[in-house]
Amino acid sequence: MTTALDRRSLLAGSLVLGAGGLALPRIAFAQGAGSRNLLFVLLRGAADGMAMLAPVGDPGLEALRGAALADYDNAPRLGSFFAVHPALAEIGKAAAAGEALFVHAAATAYRERSHFDGQNLIETGGTAPYATKDGWLNRLAALVSAGAPAPLRALAIAQAVPLALQGAAPVSNYAPSALPNASEDLIARVSQLYAGDRELGALWSRALETQTMAADDGLRNLNDARAAGELTASLMRGEGGARIGMIELGGWDTHANQRGAFARSARQLDALLAAYKAGMGAGWADTMVVVATEFGRTARLNGTGGTDHGTAGAALVMGGSVKGGRVIADWPGLATSQLYEGRDLAPTIALESVLAGAVAEHLRLDPKLAMARLFPGRSGAPLSGLIRS
Amino acid sequence: MTPASIAINRFGYGHSASGPVPNDPKRWLLRQRDAFDPAPPVIAGRMDTRAKTGEMIELVRNLRQDTRALAAMEGAEAPAMAGPMGDAMTADNPRAAALAGLPPEYREKLIDARRVLVDDIAARVNLAVTSKTPLAERLVHFWANHFSVSVGKLGTQFEVGPHEFTAIRPHVFGRFGDMLKAAVLHPAMLIYLDQFQSIGPNAPFTQRRARRGGDAPQRPRGLNENLAREVLELHTLGVDGGYSQTDVTELARALTGWTVPGIGRAGRFAETQDSGAAFVALVHEPGARQVLGRSYSAGEARQALAILDDLAAHPATARHVATKFARHFAGDTPPPALVARLEADFLKTGGDLASLTATLIDAPEAWTAQPVKFRTPFEWLVATLRLTGVKELPTQRIVGALAQLGQAPWRAPSPAGYDDLAASWAGPDALIRRVEFAERVSRAVPADNVVALAEAAFPGALTEPTLTQLKRAESGSQALALLLVSPEMMRR
Repeated sequence: MTTALDRRSLLAGSLVLGAGGLALPRIAFAQGAGSRNLLFVLLRGAADGMAMLAPVGDPGLEALRGAALADYDNAPRLGSFFAVHPALAEIGKAAAAGEALFVHAAATAYRERSHFDGQNLIETGGTAPYATKDGWLNRLAALVSAGAPAPLRALAIAQAVPLALQGAAPVSNYAPSALPNASEDLIARVSQLYAGDRELGALWSRALETQTMAADDGLRNLNDARAAGELTASLMRGEGGARIGMIELGGWDTHANQRGAFARSARQLDALLAAYKAGMGAGWADTMVVVATEFGRTARLNGTGGTDHGTAGAALVMGGSVKGGRVIADWPGLATSQLYEGRDLAPTIALESVLAGAVAEHLRLDPKLAMARLFPGRSGAPLSGLIRS
Repeated sequence: MTPASIAINRFGYGHSASGPVPNDPKRWLLRQRDAFDPAPPVIAGRMDTRAKTGEMIELVRNLRQDTRALAAMEGAEAPAMAGPMGDAMTADNPRAAALAGLPPEYREKLIDARRVLVDDIAARVNLAVTSKTPLAERLVHFWANHFSVSVGKLGTQFEVGPHEFTAIRPHVFGRFGDMLKAAVLHPAMLIYLDQFQSIGPNAPFTQRRARRGGDAPQRPRGLNENLAREVLELHTLGVDGGYSQTDVTELARALTGWTVPGIGRAGRFAETQDSGAAFVALVHEPGARQVLGRSYSAGEARQALAILDDLAAHPATARHVATKFARHFAGDTPPPALVARLEADFLKTGGDLASLTATLIDAPEAWTAQPVKFRTPFEWLVATLRLTGVKELPTQRIVGALAQLGQAPWRAPSPAGYDDLAASWAGPDALIRRVEFAERVSRAVPADNVVALAEAAFPGALTEPTLTQLKRAESGSQALALLLVSPEMMRR
């Protein structure tokens, strides 16, 4: 048995080699750190990392997943060990082009199996559920804004601001509506009505800002993932765009009949990111997308063809400057003795280290400072080398 | 806020043109227990849709071989995007497209399911809008959210309305343990949390199947822990309630056999239960159970009931329920003294919810003059319809409005129900939507004396800035729109 470090280097090394030839020469950055974009995609409901990126090279997988493995027969490979779910075709292409990487067997500090606590931790960045009140993306917005002439724009593409973006730094949210626009006169009077109310006044002025940007999206809701991706890009590109964005995708809690349910949700994610990437245009070079979920699922299919709440899962980092085409993993193995509590993929990488490392490198922050602010109380170091220098 | 305004708005669903301003607020609230009608005609006269649930599930199972049709069918109902407030209720294109791709027989079934759901949502809203016991309606909706069920899984459309109408509503002034058993073992919950297809690994059915050489691989069946986990985490003890993975598995084993009538090969052996569920002894895991250190002898359907009774009376449940109850009425960060009093009341009375409600009404912490809650979209819509006197809106418009405002009933994104915190609802986008909706409503109803209406809605509690804006409005309908989005209306 090799050491953890050796296994990680081995996997990462072989995969980087494979993708290296595909990497296009990079155009030098013309803009400063202030023009970089970050989109955080939260998969609510615990997406199955072993379905997203199947460890087909592990001899233990067959016994755990059985017939479901047929889905990966012609799926894109990342090295000889991992196969990308076929419904993630566009993400697979981005990985092949060296613009997307996966991190596998990653988990937050959370070791129980409640969605709500798990989501609370991945959104607040705290170490105990409900102990931290604001979200790590909100603290990130504050950190990046510090010293800047004006606070950067942070935006949730959602009908409500998700916990990850809640906090002291100003944020906005937007989702397309089927309601007719209010008249300009009423809008002006509402501004006066809220003038003396700090909470409503602040919310209202941010609402009006975003409303102006999204003027005519032509949508009625966020149900079409491709349209949601285009909309997100339209609100984040260019000078006036939001620098930090967040969007949520549900449908991952696949307790029963997982094959169809997972593929459906995965197609949504794939369509969303493909449309977002296309919509960012030239801005894609300065854009990073981080996709994560609250925890993984059980390694073995349950009695109803699904998987139950587990521990480690997969994360995805994608973007114009991401050093992609590889999988970062310290693979724990799938033998029963190697599973966490005999049932879950064992965590070998802290998801907080992935998140902090990715955003710090992308937004040119001191990684240690980012880790301390966004995910306080962790002993692990932020991951490095995620983007091309 | 004044006591009268608090009674109307914090404890109720806002002022109704047909309702009096209470001169003894506490007494007005307490008397609602006797005046409350748990089975009003609109619910009692609702068609029995239970048989349709089993039919739908069987239909879906027959579709297993036809994976494309199945995907289309599930896609027609399941929301693709679901944030904390997925807005998948609108009749949008993906849904219509999925429907169009289905054979007529299946399409009709889905359309039927949706019509039942829309009618039930409208019944819920109309009851609240016209209610003379608005506190009781608030309690119904509070407890329905505690035992949240959500559409998405096929078949649930027929059951989520009945879940609230028959498992929650009759018990809001009854005993928590009775509500727990009715809500958890109702077909809606059994489908929503996958219990209906959970089978004991050592059940006679499993043994027999093993002897015959097993089932087809497309139909894997076995133990599913989903409902058991949520009962412990959400419905009773709470996440820090001191249970283990073993307790989850043991409760899951005890729950095997509880399923939905009219499905499966084992279905003909089903015994009908009070909750409307079916119990199939053939799939029940035999033997005694141990949950939280207590032993439960083998007892088929009664085994799960006995465990639920003990969970209902557990001190961790008292604390969990008291905290949520206090948070709903007395603020996002509930006063610890109030939580402690509610918890003690729950333990002393063995979960008597009438006593719990009376203790809340009597608590000074619930009567602070400052508003303590941001109204959720559902609360705001009901308050808006009550205030403007809009009654009997077309059912589709009610459902559309709730989806646009961000909180469709029985569609919470997780079994934890909708969040009960201002931070989850008070967002820029929510304000825009309320303003848009308010303008639309205010143009459709009479708006003669809005200042008087405002004074009745917030007796003694209307602020000077709001009054000024109402008086300055260029028309009655504009004044009404401003009243509907005023700070007084947004909070309670």
